[in-house]
Amino acid sequence: MDYFVNVTITGLTQGMIYSAFALALVLIWRSTRIVNFAQGSMAAATTFIALALIQAGASYWVALIVALVSGFVLGAVIERVIIRPVEGGPELNAVIVTLGLFVAIQALIAIIFGSSFQSFPTPFGVRGFELGDTTIPLTPTNLYVIAAVLVTMALLVALFRFTRIGLAMRASAFSQEVARLLGVKVGGMLTLGWGLAAVVGSLSGLLIAGGTFVYPAYMDSLIVFGFVAAIIGGLDSPVGAIVGGLILGLALSYVSGYAPRGSALVTISALVILIGVLLVRPGGLFSSSTARRA
Amino acid sequence: MSDLQSSPSTAGKASDEAPVVATAGANATSASASTGRSLLPESTLLRHLLALVVFAVLAVVVLEVTTPYQNSQLATLTYYAIAAGGLTVLTGMNGQISLGHGALMAAGAYTTALFLDADEPLPLVVILLASILVAIIIGALVGVAAARLHGPYLAGATLALAVGLPGLAIYFHDIFGGEQGMRVRAPQAPESFDSFIQLVSGSAASSTKWLAYVGTICLLLTYFFLANLVRSRIGRTWRAVRDQEVAAELAGINLGAWRVLAFVVSAAAAGLAGAVLALVVRLAAPSGFTLVLSLSLLTAIVLGGLGSLTGALIGSALLVFLPPFARDMGASFGLDQTEAAQVAPFVYGVVLVVVMIFVPAGLVGTIRLRWMTRKAKRAMAQAHADGASSRG
Repeated sequence: MDYFVNVTITGLTQGMIYSAFALALVLIWRSTRIVNFAQGSMAAATTFIALALIQAGASYWVALIVALVSGFVLGAVIERVIIRPVEGGPELNAVIVTLGLFVAIQALIAIIFGSSFQSFPTPFGVRGFELGDTTIPLTPTNLYVIAAVLVTMALLVALFRFTRIGLAMRASAFSQEVARLLGVKVGGMLTLGWGLAAVVGSLSGLLIAGGTFVYPAYMDSLIVFGFVAAIIGGLDSPVGAIVGGLILGLALSYVSGYAPRGSALVTISALVILIGVLLVRPGGLFSSSTARRA
Repeated sequence: MSDLQSSPSTAGKASDEAPVVATAGANATSASASTGRSLLPESTLLRHLLALVVFAVLAVVVLEVTTPYQNSQLATLTYYAIAAGGLTVLTGMNGQISLGHGALMAAGAYTTALFLDADEPLPLVVILLASILVAIIIGALVGVAAARLHGPYLAGATLALAVGLPGLAIYFHDIFGGEQGMRVRAPQAPESFDSFIQLVSGSAASSTKWLAYVGTICLLLTYFFLANLVRSRIGRTWRAVRDQEVAAELAGINLGAWRVLAFVVSAAAAGLAGAVLALVVRLAAPSGFTLVLSLSLLTAIVLGGLGSLTGALIGSALLVFLPPFARDMGASFGLDQTEAAQVAPFVYGVVLVVVMIFVPAGLVGTIRLRWMTRKAKRAMAQAHADGASSRG
């Protein structure tokens, strides 16, 4: 029983991170109809920036903020300079461009920061809380991860619901032409959208790195999990992405916790789940009824 | 949230404007359709057979005048080119992207390694065919799922394949050797090969040379097969499926079945490439089939021009000859060994981005587009002149 609770909590925590990452993908998909395969590399880049600061003696929180800000700048610059020329073009071209970014950024990280494994600190303990004389498997780090993702999501909801900029962003995602006619600077909104998505992606990168080792390719599996989570949710729905992330986190945690030598099976189970979902509901579990023909 | 799709610049664009510039490399005009003053035979098969013979002779010459080190580089080139050829047919001709070809190569490589591990290994041809068969089976499974997907969905699903499948090698480490992988016992060259080399070069054949020849033969046969395939009814149907889904469906084409077929053909090439890789590298290990492998194959075909076999060959040459060059350049900038090794993937990524933004048709596609435009202009001027003279 204890073990089950433990595995479930791990799954929920991991699932939260997948949710955040999937949310970043969904944000970009909704505004520009592009799946940003470079998201993982971009997050890895900001994580390494944070790590460099921490190793130079800065506190975790300063490093976190610097990493998120640099994530925003990175996302905005990439949208403006590299993505803009292929926006609205054939979808294959955009896919190839983001894949190119994926490789290039990852290699650049390895060139600058080296490709060895480095440990990334976590601001909170990884020992479970003690209730009387039993240790419950919930750790402060778990709580921190869950809280960080929840706060980020609440901020995003507030931004989109209650501010003028959020309204303008929704308008440009809804229909670029109409938004432009109404005086919304659509280009700026897309840049902002990419920047915000990169912040969320960076956050998930920092969270998953906490307490473990980082190396330039450490986000490779997270991009797969984030993508699978986003697909489960239908790629178009922020709520779907969050639910998809939690489902995937739990499922993978049970696989790795209960199957013999399950940790080697985690990525392949993600693939099986992905194929299964796509075969049953190609638009994702949360998609509305319209199927795109393209 | 579905109303997002009303936006004019959203997905689906690829099939509205056909053919897409990026796949211009795939749309070769057939020789018989051009002016007809060509000295080449009319029949596509004969023309390709002629090319096969020419390239075979060329390959023997190149392999004989180069050093053993260059021989092994050329052997590397052959397996990249085989896989890239398969991928360019899939992506360029049929419009499906695959990041999973590294995993399919792994399937071929591990099959070869397992078969060669036996005490009395089967003949090499049988082993190569078995590797192709295994890749075909996996390719068909993936293809059935892939046929219902497009663009980013397909890219993501095959990405999961590329990241996930090598994990199986670690899970079943009793069979596949886990992280260390399997050593491959390279098969001995037959006597006839030794005497052939004696005849051509007058010196004894090395095993490196034998493997380079095996790779070259596989490469030539694969390209011969693929070149014929894309010029046939099958190739035309693939292009129809790529460019005009609705029109193709109305013409009685079963979109799904043809997409699966494209994936299977492409997977077969990847399986063969993996088998050759196992022979040349003499190791089948998960670290050999990373995501970067799949992405570098993509770089090769994008650079050469999507859908063009010539382009795939040129792009593969880049994959072989760029890394040593990039490493040296990195070292001259003061990077250490492991850092300098990352310069090549960095260049791949930059190449993907730059080519897609500035010359989406790639090398071969751009040249072909230029040539076709010039021909059309000349024909137009001719027609103009004719019209003027008949009026006057």
